[in-house]
Amino acid sequence: MNPNSAPQSRPLSPNIQIYRPQLTSVLSIANRITGVVLSLGAVGLVVWLSAAAAGPKPYAAVQGVIGSSLGQIMLFECSFAFFLHLCGGIRHLVWDTVHGFTLRSIYISGWAVVATSIALTVAAWVASLFVGGR
Amino acid sequence: MGGTFNAVALVPLTLWFVASIIAHAGSDYATFITWLQAPLTTLLMILLLIALFHHSALGLRVVIEDYVHSGFKFAAVIAVRLGCYGLAVAGIIATLRVAFGG
Repeated sequence: MNPNSAPQSRPLSPNIQIYRPQLTSVLSIANRITGVVLSLGAVGLVVWLSAAAAGPKPYAAVQGVIGSSLGQIMLFECSFAFFLHLCGGIRHLVWDTVHGFTLRSIYISGWAVVATSIALTVAAWVASLFVGGR
Repeated sequence: MGGTFNAVALVPLTLWFVASIIAHAGSDYATFITWLQAPLTTLLMILLLIALFHHSALGLRVVIEDYVHSGFKFAAVIAVRLGCYGLAVAGIIATLRVAFGG
């Protein structure tokens, strides 16, 4: 940095104010957002495991929170975030093998991530309703 | 950074976890504990916790480095890493308590 320059904030080239969202950019930030959401969910996982270890009463209390309307909504959001992050992550791992970089492949894999995530989320919840017998 | 192997391992581990949770929807406490106490379950749960929090620490570090540029960045990365490993250990302890409990 030039020590003679005044410490002023210089204009930055516009990015999100100008560019139209594309599948590529949206999925990219979605992977980041879902990752952060899942990191918070991981805290919940530890709380839940600790409650199970503590005994039937603490476990029932945590299950009660999870079973509440708000809890179920949050669980649903976490499950969708999980499948989106999983499919997006696998897409990244495939890229790491230096495959799928053509624009066509990127759009096909991108839509596959969206469709698969939605399908897996729905399937998971349908399956759990079946098993849970509610 | 050992992130690729970890990420690949997380695919089967997380799918196992989600499938197990679905399979135990509506189970009572005793059933759930019996499952958790099984040696294979204990092993997979511990592996999941380690892999998950390592992955989380790596990812959150990148996020922090992208958005925090002040001197706070170093402290934030350290704090998040400590938090992740602390949570992993807490989860492992809980899993072992169930495994060795009555």
